[in-house]
Amino acid sequence: MNRRDFLTCHVPEKSQPAASLGAEYYSNGVFRTQDNKPVRFYTDLIKGKIAIINFFYASCDTYCPMSMHCLTKVQQQLGDRLGRTTFMYSFSLKPDEDTPEKLKAYAKGIGAKPGWTFLTGSEYDLATVRFKLFRVDHPWVDFNLNLHAGMLRIINDNNSQWTSWVLPDRVPLIMEAISWVDPTKPLDVRARENAERQAKIDKEREVLEPKWDEYRKAQGWPTVAQKAEDPVQLKHFRSLLAARG
Amino acid sequence: MGAAAGVATVLTSRKSLAYSLPTPPPEPTDCALHPPNSPPTRPFVQALPIPPIAIPTRLNPQPTKSANLAAGEAPRADHQFWDRFFPFVQYDVTIQGGLHQFHPDMPPTYIWGYNGIYPGPTFLNVYGVPVVVRFHNNLPVNHQGFGTNTHTTHLHNGHTGSESDGFAEDFWGPGFFKDHHYLNVYAGFQQLGGIGDPLEAQFTYWYHDHRHSFTATNNYRGLNGMYLAFNEKDTGFEFSEQGEEALRLPGIDRAGVSHDIPLHLTDKSFCTNGQMFVPAPDAAPAGDKFIVNGVIQPFLQVNRRKYRFRILNSGPARIYTLNVNDNNGNVVPFQVVATDGNLLPSPVTIPDPLETAIASATLAGGPGLQVHVSSRYDVVIDFSNSNIGDHWYLSNIAPQFVNNAPEPDNDAVAPGLEVENVVMRFDIVGDEFDESRVPDVLTALPDISGPLANLAATRTWNFNNSLVGPKGDPGNPAAPKIFNINGLTFDAARADATMAQGSAETWLLRSRFPGAAWHHPVHIHLEEGRVLDRRTVQVVNGVRTITNHFVPPLQRGRRDVYPIGGGDEILVFLQFRDLFGKYMIHCHNLAHEDGLMLTRWDVGTTTSTSTSAVYSDGTANTGTVVDSNGVSQAVPDQGGQPNITPALTTLSDSFDLGSNRKPSIGRSKKGVNA
Repeated sequence: MNRRDFLTCHVPEKSQPAASLGAEYYSNGVFRTQDNKPVRFYTDLIKGKIAIINFFYASCDTYCPMSMHCLTKVQQQLGDRLGRTTFMYSFSLKPDEDTPEKLKAYAKGIGAKPGWTFLTGSEYDLATVRFKLFRVDHPWVDFNLNLHAGMLRIINDNNSQWTSWVLPDRVPLIMEAISWVDPTKPLDVRARENAERQAKIDKEREVLEPKWDEYRKAQGWPTVAQKAEDPVQLKHFRSLLAARG
Repeated sequence: MGAAAGVATVLTSRKSLAYSLPTPPPEPTDCALHPPNSPPTRPFVQALPIPPIAIPTRLNPQPTKSANLAAGEAPRADHQFWDRFFPFVQYDVTIQGGLHQFHPDMPPTYIWGYNGIYPGPTFLNVYGVPVVVRFHNNLPVNHQGFGTNTHTTHLHNGHTGSESDGFAEDFWGPGFFKDHHYLNVYAGFQQLGGIGDPLEAQFTYWYHDHRHSFTATNNYRGLNGMYLAFNEKDTGFEFSEQGEEALRLPGIDRAGVSHDIPLHLTDKSFCTNGQMFVPAPDAAPAGDKFIVNGVIQPFLQVNRRKYRFRILNSGPARIYTLNVNDNNGNVVPFQVVATDGNLLPSPVTIPDPLETAIASATLAGGPGLQVHVSSRYDVVIDFSNSNIGDHWYLSNIAPQFVNNAPEPDNDAVAPGLEVENVVMRFDIVGDEFDESRVPDVLTALPDISGPLANLAATRTWNFNNSLVGPKGDPGNPAAPKIFNINGLTFDAARADATMAQGSAETWLLRSRFPGAAWHHPVHIHLEEGRVLDRRTVQVVNGVRTITNHFVPPLQRGRRDVYPIGGGDEILVFLQFRDLFGKYMIHCHNLAHEDGLMLTRWDVGTTTSTSTSAVYSDGTANTGTVVDSNGVSQAVPDQGGQPNITPALTTLSDSFDLGSNRKPSIGRSKKGVNA
């Protein structure tokens, strides 16, 4: 790779074909929001957006509260991205219980902002979406509704990048996972981030390495700085040569 | 140096590489719709290719002990033992896109590969000769579809400093490179001096992408290859003019012809246009095509003599049960000489009744060699009893990940052997002089009696499935995380345990899902371990039964992948020597690994008394949350298990499922759609 290639091959091409898997893949069933507004899954919820999707049900009192609490923190972190480029969707696992009114009360209860939509719909459509997004190809998981309260799916439809994380978990980890579906940042931005990370590593090592050296000394081991021509190693090489005959 | 100055140097200081690779092809759009099956391909029409050998070069700029950020290196800690094991042998590898034809019946498909090829080049090493490999990331910046353009490489299972170990969070993006320092020394070099204990030698390694959450898709794209090491015992040569110590296993003969052949197994699916297929942008499927060294169902011309095959299962998820069948479909025994690249004390003949008993107990398998993801088995197949013109077959009988296509008629390649079960074919074409040997005694195992009598701790790692929660404990519901270790998932900032350097521990690996078909090929970084004990725990309707198993010879050797089936508990002896830093224990089923069944542990200066459920910033990983009604509630400790167990006998019960029913996933033997 010569210098010119290095400069040009990392520039995004404008002519890249659309990568979206489209309605054909995602399905396009109709769901109802907490405001009882009908929306189509692909066209209204996924197309051209970054979508953060989980499943829950309002009466779930085991781990849904933890998962949903975690998502409220994520909502805060997203700030003004939420509702503009990035959207959060919480689908019901129990559509016969979760009416739009009930979802609305739930959303209000946990302080959901605009951009975080709660959805219910027909069991068929919900199962379709659940299988499209969370299938692990094992019946014990795929048919267990409760399990799906622990999964988070993150999709960027613009570059067809998916990732997932678990719920509940530390918010910084979830925010990092969300950042992975973003387009790759320009080279100079990433170089600056690298320098920051290096500074952090160096700082950690400043503390750790003296400890390690001290430990080595206490054990009577050679220090790291000792070079290959140390007598012990030479002796070993000689024994290897002798073994060869 | 200021950050801005660093950027400027990145863009100007690069010189051309020693050799140039073809420009990567443009990325296609993924084919999105699930094809019922891959298109049909004729079996055994292409010869088995042997991946090329990596050629050493002179790096420019020269590698440095500290990360050379100005030249475009990704951040990393300083190389440990850089001065002591300075790498005069240097490799330059670029990770980029390419085109690869998996079968003549299909057009080439877009792949990612080390140097743009699949499988990646094979590294040949000699113990005592340290190397440095520069991994350039040249993946597409505007990448779309499955996989991610950030990457990290793990040498499995190198005795490698943590800065070169491919830690799952230490990935780097397009435009940057990282130098990995591979010591090629034996474990124990601190205590013993020199290059360590030769009995700690491993000979068959592989290297692969380890970027967490995307390991399955990046590996499925093609980011893996093999790394072999030789020493005075396993020289790679079979002729007699060698030192006394040389084993002379089948290898390079006096004419320079190699009889040491890598078999890099994987399985993939394809769309009708021949493009590699995934069911979703972050999921690698269990493929319906058996692929060896990058070719679907190849053939290999062999002579009537012994060959050494280095079998690697590179995933993503399939477990193979391999056999060799002759012309008449009869099973031909073969010998295993090394497990995970470590010589066995003596060869084990497969099929082995002890192995078969375990296989049928855990995977409904028949006789054969079970190869889990990332396991390596060095086997010797002797073709000397065959007839010229015969066809022998490498077959897989594991009834796993079945596709539902109607079986074609007349597809038996030998009586009782269908083409869907055949991984590859051996064509016996002639006679050849054979000086190689398979000695009855291959190696001694390192003496572990000393450290075993002086264990720092015994630790438990529960490979849980979320469905399982302690019964009758409403306050502690099943952990909602599908794949977890001790109830926790991966957090790069959290080390779940710290081991003192130079210490030894025993680790109990448990699959806490008795009666299920969940298998976790557990992989532990840094050092090879030894399986000391093995048992199965079943709790059915409150009745707990423990079956103690004999650890058969094949599993008693040194390993780094420890497969555990439902309810299995195995006790592994491990040492943590020479190198400091962060390492990992994880399930090597790539889908489970991407489900974050992955945990960091550290080698430091103290032994942690329990799993440190504390983040590096000091916050506990359990605490209280406020629910939607404003009520504060405790986050349950999702592991529910103490992590240091004083003795095997005081372990708490496995979780009760109430039934030991196995899920029915189809019993057909079909594995491949020919």
